[in-house]
Amino acid sequence: MFELSIAISIGMFLILYALTGGADFGAGMWDLLAVGPRAPRQRKAIAEAIGPIWEANHVWLILVVVLLFTGFPMGFSVMMIALHIPLTVMLIGIVLRGSAYIFRKYDSRSEATQRHWSTVFGIACLVTPFSQGLILGALTTGQIRFVEGRVVTGFFAGWLTLFSLACGIFALGLFAFLAATYLTLDTQDQPDLQNDFRLRALWSGVTLAPIAGLVFLIAKQGAPEMYQGLTHGWDLPLLAWTGGLSIAALAALWRRWFSIARAAAIGQVTLILVGWCLAQYPYLVTPDVTVNNAHAPEITLRLLVLTLSVGAVVLLPSLAYLFHMFKGEESR
Amino acid sequence: MNDLLFARSQMAMSLAFHIVFAALGIGMPLLMAIAEGLYLRTRHPEYLDLSKRWARGTAILFAVGAVSGTVLSFELGLLWPGFMEKAGAIIGMPFSLEGFAFFTEAIFIGLYLYGWNRLSPFLHWLVGLVVCASGILSGIFVVMANAWMNSPVGFKLVDGEMTDIDPIAAMLNPGGLHEVVHMTLAAFVATGFAVAAVHAFFLLRNPTNRFHQRALGIALTVACISIPLQIVSGHQSARAVARLQPAKLAAMEAHYRTQTGAPLRIGGIPNDTMRTIDYALSIPSGLSVLLTGNSNATVVGLEEFPRHDWPNVRIVHWAFDLMVGSGMAMLALAVWSVWLWYKRRRMADHPRLLRALVAAGPLGFVAIETGWVVTEVGRQPWVIYGVMRTEEAVTPMPWIVVPFVTFTVLYVFLAVIVFFLLRRLFLDTPGSVAEPPPERTHV
Repeated sequence: MFELSIAISIGMFLILYALTGGADFGAGMWDLLAVGPRAPRQRKAIAEAIGPIWEANHVWLILVVVLLFTGFPMGFSVMMIALHIPLTVMLIGIVLRGSAYIFRKYDSRSEATQRHWSTVFGIACLVTPFSQGLILGALTTGQIRFVEGRVVTGFFAGWLTLFSLACGIFALGLFAFLAATYLTLDTQDQPDLQNDFRLRALWSGVTLAPIAGLVFLIAKQGAPEMYQGLTHGWDLPLLAWTGGLSIAALAALWRRWFSIARAAAIGQVTLILVGWCLAQYPYLVTPDVTVNNAHAPEITLRLLVLTLSVGAVVLLPSLAYLFHMFKGEESR
Repeated sequence: MNDLLFARSQMAMSLAFHIVFAALGIGMPLLMAIAEGLYLRTRHPEYLDLSKRWARGTAILFAVGAVSGTVLSFELGLLWPGFMEKAGAIIGMPFSLEGFAFFTEAIFIGLYLYGWNRLSPFLHWLVGLVVCASGILSGIFVVMANAWMNSPVGFKLVDGEMTDIDPIAAMLNPGGLHEVVHMTLAAFVATGFAVAAVHAFFLLRNPTNRFHQRALGIALTVACISIPLQIVSGHQSARAVARLQPAKLAAMEAHYRTQTGAPLRIGGIPNDTMRTIDYALSIPSGLSVLLTGNSNATVVGLEEFPRHDWPNVRIVHWAFDLMVGSGMAMLALAVWSVWLWYKRRRMADHPRLLRALVAAGPLGFVAIETGWVVTEVGRQPWVIYGVMRTEEAVTPMPWIVVPFVTFTVLYVFLAVIVFFLLRRLFLDTPGSVAEPPPERTHV
């Protein structure tokens, strides 16, 4: 029972990480891809949009890791052994993302240095979410095997598959779409920039559909358990809702109803990840490690639930205040 | 070198890098909150300028500390999956609390850095205090988890498996209190002396610069208050280690043979095969007196432990002496500074003191790094003292040399950049300003 609450919390934190930190990565991609006469202004708008919140946004990942190793120590250990290589690549991306951003902000010697840091930041914003998609995908392929207390499939299983690759690309597209949609609201006082980001959101949103279809098709062979989950039970209505919301987001972007577009995009990303988690349940690492066989003793789980509740009391008001201060309507 | 050694090196390098930013992340918010508080009281514009510059420095340090800390939370599993699989459920508590404290710090540092024009001056200052408090709290929780590795409690050991676990007891382990106090004070000592050194350096060129005078005043005050407390806390820590981890204490003091009236040995070259120490400065009965207050007390030596349970005595002993030596040097400097202040009420025009302060700038960090060498190398060959050996915890992953070299290169690169950015932050500091009438530049 308690293990389920922790698993749900992990899923929730992953979703919040995607909605906030993921969008920061997407913003970094648009920074890298900024072209044309308005590129410097686009970069500036991006930096201003993520500046106050990006440190906090990336702590969700820390909470995911901490919950994982406290609540499911065995699952954590299996993931860390089997996925050592893509996790290390992700960490290098995280280090460069965080430091290049702050270096760019404070290293204002010349236009050229700023551009160098921008490039490092942008590339890190590609590498990190791509490896995160790769890792999440690898967990579901069923190719990582844990038998008699040992990872028996080596260090390359799961993540070097077509399916994981497709998941990596899907993560990139999803975050790019999410970021462009958010940025339309962050640039309300600059209509030309707002339109730039609107077009980017539309393009990436439209591109996302065939990529999603591809992930789905590859899953049939590449991650059969996942495919099974996605096509049965609760996931079917969820898929329909996700499709509906993505069309709503695109339509709202088209009609310039930006607040609605943002809400629909948030709903879309949330439902995609909820569907993913439901299809993945009860596996942490398909097929040998599950929520039920890898969890910590009950006392740890109970205390963890208590910690989460107390933590939420401190955290949620602070977070709400932060976002209200910098993203609320009156902040513009 | 084998993979175990590379894994240990990668962990050591990552911790050695992160601890600098973690300590500054605890110390700098205090300095910037003091400066802002003084501005609110006195309205001297230098204080506002100072808190803004220190805040910018804090932002850079916090960002690098945040990413290197993220790396560490993964490295616990990437390098030591055997450890995390067994220990995760027991010491996950302080780590999850740390997660929340760190989250709070990240939220409030965003509010602080970007809120200068959006929050009222007083509220902005309060936000700075929250940054400070949550930074201290995160440090405390992480050190509690580390202390458990040194004095593991809260479980029953049945056939090598930890059962009947009690995470609360584990979190409140007997090594926790002294480690927490020692590390928190260390952060203030190191930050205080390092920042004092920066501003002493600029005062040597321009002794009448009010900006740097005020900065030196704040940093040196923090340093001079925390260093004597730190010496006392270090003494308490040594006594606790003697009680909880006698093998570690024996290695720290290069104390091979159990002895009544044990001497204190400073420096020298420990010799494991002969079980003696050459060329050391020896103070008769010194160790017995320090540990128990009684010159005839018996102190357990390394000979009581099997040879394969010893840590590397030379590294631990030298690191320990270097730490204590740095602490004593900083204490002497603090006494000198306070004496000069008491006599002359100013110190910015005293080049000898300023030069000494500049030279002492890195000492706090020398003490932190060597102190962690004592803690971590001194615990070897155990990852959980007396329960699990480090070699049982290491990942089966081969070629650990690759991530080790990669992260080392990456961190050296980051360190160089951070150094130059911080340097530039103060190179363009304002010249000497005459005291203007109070003005509201805050909002």
